[in-house]
Amino acid sequence: MISKLRTRTSFLAGPYALWVLICTVLPLLFILYYALTNDNGHFTLDNFTAIADPIHLKSLWLSFQVAIITTVICLIMAYPAALILHNLKISNKSFVVFLFILPMWMNFMLRILAWQNILSNNGILNNILKFLGLGTIHILYTKSAVILGMVYDFLPYMILPIYNSLSKINDDIVEAAADLGAKWHTILFRITLPLSKDGIISGVIMVFVPSLSSFVVSNLLGGGKVLLIGNVIEQEFTLARNWNLGSGLSIILMIFVLLSMSIMNNEDDAGKGGMPL
Amino acid sequence: MEFIQFDKVSKSYDGQLILDELDLNVKENSFVTLLGPSGCGKTTTLRLLGGFEKPDSGNIYLNGTDITLLPANLRPINTVFQKYALFPHMTIAENIAFGLKIQKKSQDYINDKIKYALKLVNLDGFENRDIDSLSGGQQQRIAIARAIVNEPKVLLLDEPLGALDLKLRQSMQYELMKLKQELGITFIYVTHDQEEALTMSDTIVVMNQGYIQQIGTPEDIYNEPENAFVADFIGESNIIEGIMIKDELVQFLGVQVPCVDKGFGNMKPVDVVIRPEDVELDQPGKGFMDGIITGCIFKGVHYELDVQCGNWEWMVHTTKYFEVGQQVSLNVIPFNIQIMNKPASEDEEVLKEDDK
Repeated sequence: MISKLRTRTSFLAGPYALWVLICTVLPLLFILYYALTNDNGHFTLDNFTAIADPIHLKSLWLSFQVAIITTVICLIMAYPAALILHNLKISNKSFVVFLFILPMWMNFMLRILAWQNILSNNGILNNILKFLGLGTIHILYTKSAVILGMVYDFLPYMILPIYNSLSKINDDIVEAAADLGAKWHTILFRITLPLSKDGIISGVIMVFVPSLSSFVVSNLLGGGKVLLIGNVIEQEFTLARNWNLGSGLSIILMIFVLLSMSIMNNEDDAGKGGMPL
Repeated sequence: MEFIQFDKVSKSYDGQLILDELDLNVKENSFVTLLGPSGCGKTTTLRLLGGFEKPDSGNIYLNGTDITLLPANLRPINTVFQKYALFPHMTIAENIAFGLKIQKKSQDYINDKIKYALKLVNLDGFENRDIDSLSGGQQQRIAIARAIVNEPKVLLLDEPLGALDLKLRQSMQYELMKLKQELGITFIYVTHDQEEALTMSDTIVVMNQGYIQQIGTPEDIYNEPENAFVADFIGESNIIEGIMIKDELVQFLGVQVPCVDKGFGNMKPVDVVIRPEDVELDQPGKGFMDGIITGCIFKGVHYELDVQCGNWEWMVHTTKYFEVGQQVSLNVIPFNIQIMNKPASEDEEVLKEDDK
């Protein structure tokens, strides 16, 4: 009876399995096929080894730089923001959190195009600077503009998990620390930070991974001058029409993403041991 | 000057008054229990003393020093929280060492203290265990150990046994009393469990709706409740409206009964409190009032009887079995009749109404 029921309920997972098969497994297999073949359909590893090409290596390195800087800036900005949000003594806290998340609901392209306008040589930023008599800056189409755009885009993905992990810390625990003589900075570094580690790690993953592979931000705010590995892959698919090379590089990038994530997760597990006395 | 003194302390949350000009004095080395139903202000009183809340008005003194605005981390007071509030990312030793490390004590001193505290709470050798591996009772002991290693002048305990099962709670009560003896510091204990309060305290402060109803020894509180609320909250009782005819004579439920209370005046409305164990049952016609048994429940040590006398139903505890429907009479010796003033002001009247 029960086993019958189980067969019946596991059948309900069918549509999802089908979805995963069509939308995840099959495309991956296609990419793998393209990556392992050349124009003529013959087996080759050239598409993987192509990462050693100085141009590709430089792009990969630049992508790592941009992703790391973006993640660090997001973390530095998000942690205090999440902390302030958490400590707000208002009844309508969820509304304030909602305000922080609101930009996520607007079209991604639109937001980046807005930044293009703000940062351009005759844009809003430079007009304000001119008005204040501070001269102008040429920030558009630089690495800084790309990082700015990414920070703007990905910040909510850092705030939300940190905020959630802070909400899970019992007020009692913070009060207990104060009761035992801890000042605010001791509480922050020895209680709050270690206890919100999970949130920090998921925030870091949620910002680092898309910044590593993004190409839209660098296209619009980098103007072709900031060539990230994402841009290289995109160009192989669109301009060069070399799907084989594009697929090979995609898989290399995926391996790097998985590597970074597993390093993060290891860090998470190690965190459970607490800190040395 | 008293050791701890609350001077006209008021506190409200979201416009709701929790404490109204509370005055409270606590002697050094006493075991004081704040007892009352939830929402009576007992936890707020404790939190004000711990430094987790600031009063809206009034002052709090410790040993003659005004500590009203002193933050929690600077008070020589430690707290044992209801839900233990142990640091989940630290081992037991790290938890206990937390306060000592902040005081920058030497590692040797800290190690000695951890050993001493764990011995005191009967958990020797638990230093390097994880918090997760402990039962609720063990976690509460660690919370106590973590608080006392700092040698506070006052230990605050916020319903520390609330989450434990009955047997464990009872044995922890004795352990806490023993601990209090060994440490020789002041314990302020919050609970809504009257039995816990009666067992452990030197002094019980009964609170309701932000007011202190009565302060006294457990015996005073139980035997001579000052008002109907205290009588009702501490143990079980029959509370009957009556009239004090004159000194040592009270009338209730249509009969006049001798009592030992004096000084209420003549023909004065009063509340009469009679504990269920103080009512004696006899053959019909022999007591001051006849009735019929309408309920009999076995409670272990005693039977709990309902006795209907006209419109009034008495609660009576006896060790003898009575059958439902049996005719009996009731007797109470004068000493066991407790007379209380009716609430004097409208405020108190309101409190009493709310309570029902």
